[in-house]
Amino acid sequence: MAASSERSPPPFPDSEEPELLEDSDEEADAFTGTSISEMDSPSPDSTRPPKDIFNEPPEDIFSDPLSNINSEPQKKVDAKIPSPSSDEAVDLFSDPLDDDSEVMSSPEVQNPMPDLLNEPVEAPKSDSSSKSSSVKKAASAEMFGDDDDEEDLFKEPPKVVTKKPQPSGPPVDVFTEVKSDVKVKPQVKDDPTDLFAEEALTAPAPKPSSGSSSSRTNGVHSEEQDLFSEATVELSLDSPCNDRKNKEAVKPSVSAPAAPVASSSSKAPSKSLEELEEEESEDKFDLNISITNPEKVGDGMNAYMAYKVSTQTSLTMFRSKTFTVRRRFSDFLGLFEKLSEKHSQNGYLIPPPPEKSILGMTKVKVGKEDPSSAEFVERRRAALERYLQRVVSHPSLLQDPDVREFLEKEELPRAVSTQALSGAGFLKMLNKATDAVSKMTIKMNEQDVWFDEKIQDVENEEQHLRKLHVMVESLVNHRKELSGNTAVFAKSVAMLGSSEDNTALSRALSQLAEVEDRIEQLHQEQASNDFFTFSELLADYIRLLGAVRGCFDQRMKAWQRWQDAENMLQKKREAEAKLLWANKPDKLQQAKDEITEWEAKVTQYEREFERISATVRKEVIRFDKEKARDFNRQVIKYLESLLHSQQQLIKYWDAFLPEAKAIV
Amino acid sequence: IFLCVSPQQEGLDDGPDFLSEEDRGLRAVNVDLQTDATLQVDISDALSERDKVKFTVHTKSTLPNFKQNEFSVVRQHEEFIWLHDSFVENEEYAGYIIPPAPPRPDFDASREKLQKLGEGEGSMTKEEFTKMKQELEAEYLAIFKKTVAMHEVFLCRVAAHPVLRKDLNFHVFLEYNQDLSVRGKNKKEKLEDFFKNVVKSADGVLVAGVKDVDDFFEHEKTFLLEYHNRVKDSSAKSDRMIRSHKSAADDINRIASTLYTLGTQDSTDLCKFFLKVSELFEKTRKIEARVAADEDLKLADLLKYYLRESQAAKDLLYRRGRALVDYENANKALDKARAKNKDVLQAETTQQVCCQKFEKISESAKQELIDFKTRRVAAFRKNLVELAELELKHAKGNLQLLQSCLGVLKGDT
Repeated sequence: MAASSERSPPPFPDSEEPELLEDSDEEADAFTGTSISEMDSPSPDSTRPPKDIFNEPPEDIFSDPLSNINSEPQKKVDAKIPSPSSDEAVDLFSDPLDDDSEVMSSPEVQNPMPDLLNEPVEAPKSDSSSKSSSVKKAASAEMFGDDDDEEDLFKEPPKVVTKKPQPSGPPVDVFTEVKSDVKVKPQVKDDPTDLFAEEALTAPAPKPSSGSSSSRTNGVHSEEQDLFSEATVELSLDSPCNDRKNKEAVKPSVSAPAAPVASSSSKAPSKSLEELEEEESEDKFDLNISITNPEKVGDGMNAYMAYKVSTQTSLTMFRSKTFTVRRRFSDFLGLFEKLSEKHSQNGYLIPPPPEKSILGMTKVKVGKEDPSSAEFVERRRAALERYLQRVVSHPSLLQDPDVREFLEKEELPRAVSTQALSGAGFLKMLNKATDAVSKMTIKMNEQDVWFDEKIQDVENEEQHLRKLHVMVESLVNHRKELSGNTAVFAKSVAMLGSSEDNTALSRALSQLAEVEDRIEQLHQEQASNDFFTFSELLADYIRLLGAVRGCFDQRMKAWQRWQDAENMLQKKREAEAKLLWANKPDKLQQAKDEITEWEAKVTQYEREFERISATVRKEVIRFDKEKARDFNRQVIKYLESLLHSQQQLIKYWDAFLPEAKAIV
Repeated sequence: IFLCVSPQQEGLDDGPDFLSEEDRGLRAVNVDLQTDATLQVDISDALSERDKVKFTVHTKSTLPNFKQNEFSVVRQHEEFIWLHDSFVENEEYAGYIIPPAPPRPDFDASREKLQKLGEGEGSMTKEEFTKMKQELEAEYLAIFKKTVAMHEVFLCRVAAHPVLRKDLNFHVFLEYNQDLSVRGKNKKEKLEDFFKNVVKSADGVLVAGVKDVDDFFEHEKTFLLEYHNRVKDSSAKSDRMIRSHKSAADDINRIASTLYTLGTQDSTDLCKFFLKVSELFEKTRKIEARVAADEDLKLADLLKYYLRESQAAKDLLYRRGRALVDYENANKALDKARAKNKDVLQAETTQQVCCQKFEKISESAKQELIDFKTRRVAAFRKNLVELAELELKHAKGNLQLLQSCLGVLKGDT
């Protein structure tokens, strides 16, 4: 912490004001303004009150945020809210708070995320001048083309602005204390460009120090500090400046979402973003895709199956309401590869296509009309249909030009790379690569409770689903076996009946044979329902859970990159210190430049990490919802098939009973 | 593993219902029992030890040759076989269908499974283990009860037979309250039996080839030959069908428990859903298993019993056919002797003995075969009616479960 004092130097005049303003923003948003006065007024009198205010929240802030990198934003918001202790604020955020304490808190969790996503979008536009960050932001801006949210964001600033003047008066002390929120401003502010740039260049040094000093001077409990240091140690290199850096870095994102959240909650407090999201998806999902008419094209080993992909939609993004194209299996794989190339590193969950089956396809190519290859084709057709439906039901993927092209364009360039790699193979490779990465590098110490639990859950679930899948497959096989054996038995009973010399008994036995024949049909149908309705559902979700793990891996990669940059920055700083010590001013400038450069990178990577975390979380929540819906629908369908079987059974045995009774 | 069960005792798992159905089922096979108060036999208790089963044979009788009116003895499977063989070997009974011997108790498969389960104990959760153990125990119990019932059926058939019930060996079997010191056959005897069987079946083919003078027997012969083969086939096929039905039920059971684990682990809303479906499968699995068990009792066991009973009827026809051939040969020999005027008296006696034997067999055999048919038709009727009723009951139970579960699930959405 000593180091921090070195850095802490002079808060820039510019930055001070903004900071204040910023505070006001946040608070204004969060507490609908009332809090500001509270906050500000005490500060001039004595530093105490503010300290208290911050003391409490900091505990939360530091323990939570640092430990769960992603969730910080929301949590910070929550944490801050209580600090001012204004009733209003409490009311407003009462839910989130509860949730927070429970840690589960899905709605709360979701709220901030969309905002988070938007944040970068907005930011880049304004401070396009700022060096490193601009790149990433531009990218992100494209990705998340949500206009609404931006609007929200912009609406707030005005509020903020009006409030600025008031707080600006308050003394420096307040300011430094408040420091932790410093970064918020740039984004929220109207003229973020300057501020941001400034920050990027200068902020690092002063801010951290101020933040830390504030906490210290405030007489923060040692507890806090411990927590803080602990968290940071786990996160990254242990040098204090890094800690500060982290903290500082964390804050911007934290504060940024704070504003939007506040705004959204103030606008429609009851409406969670989840709901919004759902509405959105429902609106968008006016798109029916069906795959029909699998058709063998060509002969011999060059033969392939072509499928008719029919789309029916009222979405204006398509040229017409109904259209069909013919696609072959490798086209589907190609689509998957294109989508994963573009989107998977951003944390999107790309639905995986069905596996390539050389054995099955060879059978189809070579064999004529045997039932197993017919089953194979039907299985694949259905799997492709579900795959495509999953793709288009993803609001972001639907926007992808490749998806549209796939659905609409008459001729697609032949997907080449898929020849060797099946979808599953590709996934496997991807998984292997990421696994290797994760094993080689230091295991990420998961600081985000939500992710920590979710990753565990997903792994467990995948394991159980695999087990379940094996069992359902076994059921399918046994049911087929049962069907076969019933057929054989039916024949045997018919023979027995024909040799029975009591007429009535003979008749009853041949009736029994007929009943068994019908039951054989039922078993066969049921086996196919076991397979198509139940087993394939599980197979799909095993694959999808693999893709979810892929998302987690992408997030971890982003984290790793950030940490690496963090380490690099640390080294550069040390180098600078050495140069200072050695009194070599000639090289000092270069070192400083490098530091600046790496600071920017750290900021960028950190943001990327946060963004990907938010995206992944959103994706996973969406996935969970879809999963629940899918399971519900499919299992109900499955149970209905069972129900039908039983109804038929009743019918058959009902008809048989009088025959049995007629035996004399 | 030692398992002590009396057939009247309630089942471990399935309760008295299971047992009583089974008992009824097996007794039903042997329909034609005149309810005759003068001699009633049942197996009141049974004890399974490592390699043997001890049956307590309980007799109630007013017949004067028994010392008491009611008594019990402990018998083992070998003693049942001894009794059966003594009937078969008794020339006096050549004209009767000897009630088929009960099959040897076979718990090996079940015991093996239980042992395997013990070895695999570490690899599964406690619930899984308990569940599996219960299942195996239930399976063991079912086989055990079946064995007991088969032995009982044999005794009841004998007790109901107008001639065999008076057999001295039978009375000793029922009354002598000590070990009959019957031993199993040794290797030499088994080998002898084997050769005897080979000769018999070769002879059987020969004898069967002889055209019968009597239309009734000629008809019965063709019928039984075909019927026996077909019932054998049906019996094997029904076993296979039921086995795969049981496997499917087992799968459903395992699916139910995995769904349960999923339900307890999943933290989302889906867990309730999984639990509900798991509960449903747990119940439908029980019904499916019961369907398989009832098909086993009503169908497979019926066919199996008539496989053995038709073999016994075939044996009767063989004995008659043999006697006929002997009689014809004796006639020829008599003709020859007369022609040569040599040993005529001896040939005449032989011819007369053969004639008497043949006629005696034919006389009782006709009635036996008619009875066999009556019993068979009645048994099939009873079992098929019960089968259909049980199938209906189970299907309706299943239907109801599915309907209520679907109602709940759809209400949830």
